[in-house]
Amino acid sequence: MSAGAGYRRPGWQTLDSGQALLIAVSGLIVLVAVTQVFAVHLVQPDIAVFFGVLIALGELFRMVMPGNREVAPVATAGALGYALLAGVGPRPDAPQGGGVLDVVPATHSSFQVIAVAATGMIVGTLPHIAVGRSPRPDAMARRLVTVAIVAVAFRPVVRMRPDWLPLLAVMGAVVVCACFLDVLVAAVIRAESVRFGIAVRDEIRAKLALCAATSATAMLIAVATTELGPAALLVFTAPILVTQFAFRRYAGIRATYLQTVRALSRVTEVGGYVETGHSRRVSRLAVSMGRELGMSEEELLELEYAALMHDIGQLALGDPIPGGATVLASPVEQRRIAELGAEVIKQTGVLDRVADIVRLSSHPYRTAHGDAAPPDAEPPPPLAGRIIKVANAYDDLVGDSGDRDRGAAVLERLRLDSAAEYDPAVVEALARVVDRRPRH
Amino acid sequence: MRELPAAAWVFVGGVVALAAGLVATVPLTDLDWTTLAVLAVLFLVCDSRPAQLTVERARVSLGFAASLAGVVMLGPGGAALLGLSAVVTGQRMFAPVKRLFNAAQFALGGYAAGRVFDALGGPRFHPNEAAWVEHVIGPFLAAAVTFVLVNLALTGGVLVLSRQATLGGMAAQSGQLVLGCLGYSMFGLLIAGLWPGIRAFAAVLVLLPLFIARWALEQAHDQQRSHAATLASLCQAVETKDYYTRGHSERVSRGSVMIARQIGMRPARVEAIRYAGMLHDVGKLGVPTTVLQKDGPMTEQEFAAIQLHPMRGLEIVREIGFLDEALAGIMHHHEKMNGRGYPMGLAGDEIPEFARVISVADAFDAMTSTRSYRAARGIDEAVAELRRCAGDHFDPVIVDAFLTALEREGWEPPGPVAAPGDAAQTTAQDHDDPTAPLRVTRDGAAR
Repeated sequence: MSAGAGYRRPGWQTLDSGQALLIAVSGLIVLVAVTQVFAVHLVQPDIAVFFGVLIALGELFRMVMPGNREVAPVATAGALGYALLAGVGPRPDAPQGGGVLDVVPATHSSFQVIAVAATGMIVGTLPHIAVGRSPRPDAMARRLVTVAIVAVAFRPVVRMRPDWLPLLAVMGAVVVCACFLDVLVAAVIRAESVRFGIAVRDEIRAKLALCAATSATAMLIAVATTELGPAALLVFTAPILVTQFAFRRYAGIRATYLQTVRALSRVTEVGGYVETGHSRRVSRLAVSMGRELGMSEEELLELEYAALMHDIGQLALGDPIPGGATVLASPVEQRRIAELGAEVIKQTGVLDRVADIVRLSSHPYRTAHGDAAPPDAEPPPPLAGRIIKVANAYDDLVGDSGDRDRGAAVLERLRLDSAAEYDPAVVEALARVVDRRPRH
Repeated sequence: MRELPAAAWVFVGGVVALAAGLVATVPLTDLDWTTLAVLAVLFLVCDSRPAQLTVERARVSLGFAASLAGVVMLGPGGAALLGLSAVVTGQRMFAPVKRLFNAAQFALGGYAAGRVFDALGGPRFHPNEAAWVEHVIGPFLAAAVTFVLVNLALTGGVLVLSRQATLGGMAAQSGQLVLGCLGYSMFGLLIAGLWPGIRAFAAVLVLLPLFIARWALEQAHDQQRSHAATLASLCQAVETKDYYTRGHSERVSRGSVMIARQIGMRPARVEAIRYAGMLHDVGKLGVPTTVLQKDGPMTEQEFAAIQLHPMRGLEIVREIGFLDEALAGIMHHHEKMNGRGYPMGLAGDEIPEFARVISVADAFDAMTSTRSYRAARGIDEAVAELRRCAGDHFDPVIVDAFLTALEREGWEPPGPVAAPGDAAQTTAQDHDDPTAPLRVTRDGAAR
């Protein structure tokens, strides 16, 4: 989803300070845990191997959710399940229908949980590296830290050997906290490019359902292994496998959708209506500006769709506008193109809001300054529309030239027109975005 | 409901009477009533929102998991009683007869599954014992299969008898249905295994991820629909350039799918060819309007511009990852079997299968549509033309497949179009039309 996804650098080069800190912390935790486990030896090694294999398999089948979020639901459920494990199956000598929690207790420490989880994750990552996919250390570190915190919080509770009811209650509380912790950590990392509050909201929206499913399965795995022994483990991962399949499909279709719109937005270029790369440059610029202005992820997606398709109305014109620059066309014509484009988009029946953005993106921003505004003035177009108007004007005048002087001159021109034609706040956002760009 | 045939009434009556008789004989003394009540609530909650399968009208509900848990925990009698609770199902099913029948068939299925589970020795083991899962999985599977089969046979029976479905149609659709039902039933074992320890909370832990999965699948389904709709509208937008070819992409897509199904392509490939057909002419945008609308012979240069359009189309859609094989179809849809096509001049089997399919559907729609220079041809005339060109222009196998599918499904040619007032928006020649080849002058540039 990120606008800069076109030129992705290797994982380690894109790390910023928050991610680096997270990775360092998780590395330290793993180091301590592994050292400790080596010192006291593995307890109940067969169970540890079972869970280690499950976690490794889960890492193998990790996936990327919309918003470039890497998740590994099976691995996370397995690792959390190991952290929540109270016992490892019924006692061989137990009477039939024996009492509550009459099981062989699980005696592994929280250090062992961390060591097993880390080992499983690394083993499961190796095949990814083998086929040339570079791992995302920050996502792995976040998963590991979550597991570590749950383990440290929950293992002492198990040692008190409580009854099922309180045990389940504590389990539930711990996994809910783990979910929120995961969201917060992810939001802190993301907040280096967007505002924290928005980042938290985006993360919750994107992760809540999957988090709930993963947590429920983690508890299921823990309870089932406690009651029925490790053989039940594989059977009881079935619900999360179904969930993983469903989410993978969802993520795949989302990505395809965006790809399709991106590709088809180029029909205007091939038809000679706009300059090569115009739609894509406008959309990239618009998304950066939207992020600068604090739009949420969902709004950014709509903005991106609208920006990609904002010129689609030109297809209905008999002859392309010279040079394709709509900013040079008369306002009436600009409006007509936007109306036609909105009409096309509205026909999809599902992108009504995107159609509205495109329709209003040709309208001037004229009302909101002072008492001079007439009382019956139209309300200003939505933020997304104002952003596209500015981004489109900038790209029409600058094109793909990387000349900073030309960019500065165009910015100056837009500033002169702002308040009447363009929203001043949006123009300033553009100035900041352009300023941050690397020199050509 | 009123016009049910007599046979169906007899069938429904028989099933209901049988279920009533069974339930009446169930010994009520040693039944675990609290478990039954909890499971019944669970069953109703799950059953209220069944999941839609890709098969039309067939739905699977998570209620199967609750029913099978009941088979393990309550035995045949209890499972039959549990099935009866379907009378008050939250599904939108208003006719009382339907509700009654539905409950009766669930009761019979539960009873039969319970008997099978008993007969195979399932109840000898208790979930608190070591290796319970290993011991019970066999009898449980048999019980689940029994339950699903009884369910399908009884509902299928009533559908066939009331002539809402044919036996053949049911058989073709049952594969996915059986798998879906069995898959959901398996979760009953998980609930039953954990019930002694944590009671109904087991159901929450098992079913929560499944409900979330279903929500995600619904979202995916919505996105899929939006995607298809967006693609279709964008293709339409491309067509607005030419008045007469409106709807062409849509129809070529439909025709290609007909052929693909006829020659037995996998569903995934059928989906791909649906998109390929939709997008096959997208590159026409790269051809200057003046060339498309030229009346009279074209120069070689102009003809070259037309020949380039499959490549321009490819250029646009190349980055859409899922198209994959469809890309080859878009690029080569104007190749001919004799090697005289464009853009590469491939011949025979060198032409990708997708392209051979699309070219037949493409030509057929062009012939049966009105053009500015002629009226639409009749279907018979177009079929004759396809036959004539088979072997030379088209792949005979594909043409045969298309004609067979045509006979079965029919074809809706576009309605007659009134000539548009705006003369600038029409083409004078159609590059897709095999009966009217483009006229190219061999002027000075040609050697």
